[in-house]
Amino acid sequence: MPMKSEDIVALIEEALPGAKVEMRDLAGDNDHWAAKVTAPQFAGKTRVAQHKLVYDALGSRMGGELHALQLTTQAPN
Amino acid sequence: MSDVNSRISDIVKGNDVVLFMKGTPLFPQCGFSSRAVAILDHCGVAYDSVDVLQDMEIRQGIKAYSDWPTIPQLYVKGEFLGGSDIMMEMFEAGELKQLMDEKQVAKAES
Repeated sequence: MPMKSEDIVALIEEALPGAKVEMRDLAGDNDHWAAKVTAPQFAGKTRVAQHKLVYDALGSRMGGELHALQLTTQAPN
Repeated sequence: MSDVNSRISDIVKGNDVVLFMKGTPLFPQCGFSSRAVAILDHCGVAYDSVDVLQDMEIRQGIKAYSDWPTIPQLYVKGEFLGGSDIMMEMFEAGELKQLMDEKQVAKAES
């Protein structure tokens, strides 16, 4: 069962206050999304740690309900 | 250590570069896995792959092993590097090739 963009954004923003999330639909099926997340919590963290914060925000949905999420992360400059 | 964890650990430690993926380098079964294969081919390093679609125990076990929810997963010299997004970001920043050189990873036979 695919996920809506706004649901993904809400989960990320709730877990990472102050985050800015830009979504891009990769396949038009609500199941293949690209997300660019800019969050203050990423500062000083490795890429793996940054991506894990986003995966944690999505909980068990990643790889289940949400089939594909192409992720890029950065700390605000 | 559970059986699947020790199986994974043997694979990860027994190969310089190993990609846990869906399908094989010749026949990747998912867009992210095929992107990971393309990146490794561009780096020109020798690597092994594990088709998680052929082994459901490893398919789930690898996610717990690295605490990473998705496939593909890349390991270099026993260390988890990331999935295809991180491979892409590192590749574009030139960091992936640099890391392979630093860790003296063998080149692919051309």
